[in-house]
Amino acid sequence: MKRKMRGAALIALGSTVALLAAGCVGAGSGPSESETNENADAQEFTWWHNSNTGEGKAYYDQVAADFEAETGVKVDVQAMQHEDMLTKLQAAFQSGDDAQIPDVYMSRGGGELAAEVEAGLVRDLTEDSADTISTISNFTDQYSVDDKVYALPYSMGLVGFWYNTDLFEAAGITDVSQSPTIEEFDGYLEKLEEAGTTPISVGAGDKWPAAHYWYYGVVRECPYDVVEAAIESTDYSDPCFLKAGEHVEDIIAQEPFNRGFLTTPAQTGPTSASGLLATEKVAMELAGHWEPGVAGGLTESGEVPDFLGWFAFPTFDGQGGDPADQMGGGDAWSVSAAAPDAAVDFANYLLSDEVQQGFAELDMGLPTNPAATDSLTNETLAQLIPVRDGGGVTQLYLDTRLGQSVGGAMNDEIALMFAGESGPQDVVDAIQSAAEAEQ
Amino acid sequence: MTAPAMGGRGRVTSAWRKRLEILFFVTPALALFGLFVVWPIITAVQLSVYRWKGFGPLVDFVGLRNYVTVLADDVFVNSIVHNLIIVGGSIAIQLPLGLAIALLLNRKMWGQGLLRTIIFVPYVLAEVIAGVVWFQLLQPEYGVIDGLLGAVGLRAPEQGWLGDPDLALWTVLVVLTWKYLGLAVILFLAGLQGVPDELYEAAQLDGASWWQVQRKITVPLLGPTMRTWAFLSMIGALQLFDMVWILTGGGPANSTTTMATYLINQGTRSQNFGIAGAASVILFVIALIMAVLYQQLILSRDTRSDVVTARRKKTKKVIR
Repeated sequence: MKRKMRGAALIALGSTVALLAAGCVGAGSGPSESETNENADAQEFTWWHNSNTGEGKAYYDQVAADFEAETGVKVDVQAMQHEDMLTKLQAAFQSGDDAQIPDVYMSRGGGELAAEVEAGLVRDLTEDSADTISTISNFTDQYSVDDKVYALPYSMGLVGFWYNTDLFEAAGITDVSQSPTIEEFDGYLEKLEEAGTTPISVGAGDKWPAAHYWYYGVVRECPYDVVEAAIESTDYSDPCFLKAGEHVEDIIAQEPFNRGFLTTPAQTGPTSASGLLATEKVAMELAGHWEPGVAGGLTESGEVPDFLGWFAFPTFDGQGGDPADQMGGGDAWSVSAAAPDAAVDFANYLLSDEVQQGFAELDMGLPTNPAATDSLTNETLAQLIPVRDGGGVTQLYLDTRLGQSVGGAMNDEIALMFAGESGPQDVVDAIQSAAEAEQ
Repeated sequence: MTAPAMGGRGRVTSAWRKRLEILFFVTPALALFGLFVVWPIITAVQLSVYRWKGFGPLVDFVGLRNYVTVLADDVFVNSIVHNLIIVGGSIAIQLPLGLAIALLLNRKMWGQGLLRTIIFVPYVLAEVIAGVVWFQLLQPEYGVIDGLLGAVGLRAPEQGWLGDPDLALWTVLVVLTWKYLGLAVILFLAGLQGVPDELYEAAQLDGASWWQVQRKITVPLLGPTMRTWAFLSMIGALQLFDMVWILTGGGPANSTTTMATYLINQGTRSQNFGIAGAASVILFVIALIMAVLYQQLILSRDTRSDVVTARRKKTKKVIR
């Protein structure tokens, strides 16, 4: 394994030297282009996904079997638990060994994908998947590097407030807006406090759930283009980033969170943020489209609680961002650089009307193919679709968008802000210096 | 003439034979040691001078810049402080407490075996399991400890024992004491078995009180055991990871980070493998320096063969 890595390094070094000698080192010419794909015609490939239980797993097995029957290409399906999959994927990439890197795998887009592209690990799908890309073009932006598409998003979910309709009613909040203003939202907090209900649970122990508040502050205050320009130029001095932090600080100042929220985990166990919502201990939680599924796993009966409702993150008077913009994240299929062409066909097949409809019927995510968006079974989930497709952009989770290095520094600083040991300017500074260190 | 020559040849072959034997038996261990200890250390040192995101070849050489970044990072410097607090705190609390319990359990009494087992059980538990149990016990509002405090009219801290930056590290220290006290007690008990009864009898004949016996005989003779235990405890505290990771993850507000949680956070979480590499090398150096100093200054008294063995031989002779 190590010898192969050295070999790869030597090839890369050799090809770089050769290019230098020829005086034609073009920007972005990764090793992928200099290597010819030896197994382009292979009739077998591997597929890693994270639907490793129940109906989802069975469905994906069926999808792979259908593809095999249709094309005669063998799909080696490996279903893994999500965190396991991420670890194994990272290890496979580190090995640099094509035999270990799966051919079709899940990508989260953003900075992570950009780093993989830079390392020449991912296949450019712009041309081979042109038809698919035109169907889901609303979502492919954040899966592109230098205008080339490297992953096909098959699910794009939203983050918003999941709330307990019973507790809201008990607190005398009868009129819950689908997209409240911050004044309305503050009114909810007040009424819930009066009723003796803890308004919000947040898993600040895991950092990212707390960071989602700040990301949404950014979506509300910064137009999408401003965020993209800031990332592009490594300059986060636009005052909108500061305003985002100020909004979050205002929310924190009202102390709406569950006791001990600084060490509360996001989703593990009944005392996690999701657990507190599922067991009716708090009135709401800011979480993604996965929340019904997670909450269902944390109730005594194992059923998805029927009291769950959803509304969007509040908007602010005079905000700089488009009110229709939302924040969320998606999952996409990437094809590795050394994968056979059949793997690309398979990725396209996974985005077809038929497969996406089945995906939606099982509520496995929020499909990106417009032909499948009506097929969702769960009504609460289905109500996210018009919000998502309401003309705004879905900004990717910023930690994913910025990549793990900058994203990690950002989340650390936001968690400090929740502990009252940091402020809006500190968060911007942390991002700025982490981004500069990456240059 | 032939006899010495033959003898010589025989000596040479037997010397070679011995060397071969040593080589044969040591090689597997050396190979494992090299593969799992030396090689990772070399890799860590190598990584620490590069900027590397986790894939692709190592090309971005940055010299010592990662070390500067790590040492200038308040979070890392505070991690070292937290580690040192835990080193000092563990020894300061567990040594007297462990000694007291060991002395108590060394007396003949009802339920001795049972008590020893109870004290030792936490040490046998996997650290992760103990961590999860304590995490649940310490939950604010819904945890057992808050419930008990509430039942007697006391109010637990608002954000919980682990959620308050001023309390979290001390709470972790309490849990660690609970977990590792058993090891101290069992080692001290074993040490106590090595103190010959004759010394006690002699002291008692001389009219020494129980306290005097403990102070003048038990504690000095338990010295080597205590020093070895303190060494183990120190190394363990420097490498502390599991318990902190489960209980607080280094939070709240970085109040419980250790060097090990810092390098996981930088490495696998933020993919700054170079910085994590530099942090791990620094951790290694700190542990090495402390270990060597401890060996030289404190443990050398026990390892210098003449003192201890001479004393032992003397007592043996007396016994005979």
